[in-house]
Amino acid sequence: MEQEFLHVLAVDDSFVDRKVIERLLKVSSCKVTTVESAGRALQFLGLDEEKSPVEFDELKVNLIITDYSMPEMTGYDLLKRIKGSKKLREIPVVIMSSEDIQPQVNRCLEEGAEEYLVKPVKLSDVLRLRDFILKEKAPPYPQREHTSGKRKSRDESPASDSTSSDHLRPLRKRRKMAHH
Amino acid sequence: MEFVGQLQRQFVQFSHSLFDEGFLDDQFQQLQKLQDESNPDFVLEVVSLFFEDSEKLLNNLSIALQQQIVDFKQVDSYVHQFKGSSSSIGAQRVKNVCVHLRSFCEEQNLERCVMCFQQVKHEYYVVKNKLETLFRLERQIVEAGGTVPFIL
Repeated sequence: MEQEFLHVLAVDDSFVDRKVIERLLKVSSCKVTTVESAGRALQFLGLDEEKSPVEFDELKVNLIITDYSMPEMTGYDLLKRIKGSKKLREIPVVIMSSEDIQPQVNRCLEEGAEEYLVKPVKLSDVLRLRDFILKEKAPPYPQREHTSGKRKSRDESPASDSTSSDHLRPLRKRRKMAHH
Repeated sequence: MEFVGQLQRQFVQFSHSLFDEGFLDDQFQQLQKLQDESNPDFVLEVVSLFFEDSEKLLNNLSIALQQQIVDFKQVDSYVHQFKGSSSSIGAQRVKNVCVHLRSFCEEQNLERCVMCFQQVKHEYYVVKNKLETLFRLERQIVEAGGTVPFIL
C-alpha cells in the first residue's frame, strides 16, 4: 500500500471540533482518522490491552493531534502514554486547547508534544504541521537552528533504535496569539 | 436577473452586519474558506452540529443550575464545552458571554450564574436565528439560479 499522504489521528470529544479538524486535515491532503476519546485513540493505536492490536504497520499513523481537556483521560495523559510506549513514542503528538495557560503549555512540551496549538486551530497551523512532519520523514537534514522555543533536556536514554535525529531536534513552541 | 441581484445584495449586507456587529468573528470566515465544490455544505454541516450540541448543553446547564446544591464544577465543565464549540464556529458573542459565566462559576456566585446563563441563552438564540437567515438567503440565491457571493 502506497503511503503518499500523512495519516493523522485526531482526538477530540467535541463533535464540532472533530468535524472542523477533520476538514482542515483533509484540505491539507492528509488521511484522517477521528476518535472521540483518548481511550479510543489508544485502542486504535493498539495500546489497549483488551483488544488485540491490529498490525501496526498498516495503521501507520504519522501524527496525532489531540484536544487537551477531555473527560476520563486528558490529551496530556494520552501524550504521556504515547511517549512512554516504545512502539509509539516516535509519533509526533500535537496538543490543541482553548486555554492558553503557560504552565499547561510547558508541561505538554516537556512531556514531548511537538506543539501546543491554541484553538480554534487554523488551516495555516495544519499546513505548517504537515510540512514539518513531511520534512521529518525525509532523509535526515543537516541540523538547522530553530529560533523559537527551547527544548528541555530529557533524562531519557537514547535507547530508541530510531535513526532520526528526533532527540536532537529543538522543540518549537508555537502558540497562536490570543484573539482580541 | 434582477431578483438574484437583489438577493445577493441582501446576502452581502447581512453578512457584513453579522461581522460588524460582532455576532461572528474571523473563525466563521475560516470555515467558509474550507468549503468548496467537493464539500459545498461544510459550513452548514458544522453549524448544524453546533446547534444540536448546543441544545443539549443548554439543557444540561439549565438542569445543573436548578439543583438544590449546584455543582459548579459541572456547570463550569458545560460552559467550557459551550465556549469551545461557539469559538470553533466563530460565534463571538456567545463565546464572550461564556467567559463571563465561567468566572461566576469560579466565584460560585449562583445568582450571577443564573443571570449570565440567561444572557448566554439569549446570545445563542440570536446568533442561531441570524445564521439560519444567512443559510436561507444562500439557498434562495442558489434556487434562483445565482451564485453565493464571497464575503471577505
